[in-house]
Amino acid sequence: MVYDCIIIGSGPAGYTAAIYNSRAEIKTLLIEGPQVGGQLTITTEVENFPGWPKPILGIELMNNIRKQAEKFGTEIKSGIVKNIDFNSQTFIVKTDDKEYQAKTVIISTGASARWLGVPGEKELRGKGVSGCATCDGFFAKGKEVAVVGGGDTAMEEANFLTRFAEKVYLIHRRDEFRASQIMIDRAEQNSKIEFILDSIVEEILGKEKVEGVKIKNVKTGEIKELKCNMVFAAIGHHPNIEFLNGKIELDEKGYIKTDSNSTKTNVLGVFAAGDVADPHYRQAIVAAGRGCMASKEVEWYLDKFK
Amino acid sequence: MSKVDLTSQNFDAEVLNSSDVVLVDFSAEWCGPCKMIGPILDELAKEYEGKGLKIGKVDIQENEELANKYQIMNIPNMLIFKGGKIVDQLVGLMPKEELANKINAYLA
Repeated sequence: MVYDCIIIGSGPAGYTAAIYNSRAEIKTLLIEGPQVGGQLTITTEVENFPGWPKPILGIELMNNIRKQAEKFGTEIKSGIVKNIDFNSQTFIVKTDDKEYQAKTVIISTGASARWLGVPGEKELRGKGVSGCATCDGFFAKGKEVAVVGGGDTAMEEANFLTRFAEKVYLIHRRDEFRASQIMIDRAEQNSKIEFILDSIVEEILGKEKVEGVKIKNVKTGEIKELKCNMVFAAIGHHPNIEFLNGKIELDEKGYIKTDSNSTKTNVLGVFAAGDVADPHYRQAIVAAGRGCMASKEVEWYLDKFK
Repeated sequence: MSKVDLTSQNFDAEVLNSSDVVLVDFSAEWCGPCKMIGPILDELAKEYEGKGLKIGKVDIQENEELANKYQIMNIPNMLIFKGGKIVDQLVGLMPKEELANKINAYLA
């Protein structure tokens, strides 16, 4: 069987494309990937998604969008895409153990949080090094913890962690933030949060569990050790493009290249939407919007080449 | 066999003294990735019925002492027990196939 469209990824972009596709009676398969529901499933409350005047949990929002896609007939399968054959008549999308064919493909595999990449981090994962404050905040009860980063995620995590931790160090490599003002204000007004600016983490210390971090002030060169029991990395993201094996053109930052007013990639019939093609905004609502655009472009493409 | 809810009361009997290989899933209500792993473990529990694997779940909020005892600091976190001893620890979300491969290695 040949699908009209295969959507790869299950974040706001993928599910929204699926809703629009299915309502337009485009026969669609969505392959969910390793993190079903995408990055929102590891955030806490979402306060800025239109239509939700009361905050909604990220995971609930994603479950709702998924249900909406299923309601209109999108087939959803679990699986991780390993490769796509772009050379045959139809696109062949390969997972670990299966192959699917489609006339068009929407790539919406999103982005994943970056790790710090310093000594001690890998060794201490699961022993205090965490990529998910929502999941692991509970274990910060009565402890001192460090959050690394200067964006909204870092601010949100630092604030969230003060519910549990005695003290939260927010370590950031510059003295200004990428985060939005409301998030910075909240963090600054929180007496449990101490800002450590112009500083980078050089090493995570500890043997059996995290005991501290070695930080370096980038302006003075001073190196010091800071005692803490947990470390949360929130330093940004990288697009999930490994499975494309270099067959789709990327921009200078390594994200999939599309026009600003289109989701078309350099391969005819292949579209990209959401964080995988968006180094700038990285917002659920933008991803949803681009998912909608991708679906419309699939529809026009299928009409043209019928 | 469906998943077993583990507590301090039944942990010894169900896990440490079990003749099966036991995968213990430490999770919590508020943890998104845990909710993703839950259904995968349900499926595996069915598929491995009668094959010497037991899957148990520890709600860390209800059973904080178990989380402390095994020094759990991140969830999802799965410990694999064989003969009452920890033989492996899996941290974070992972696909079903990878989980099955890990399990198979200890069933041999």
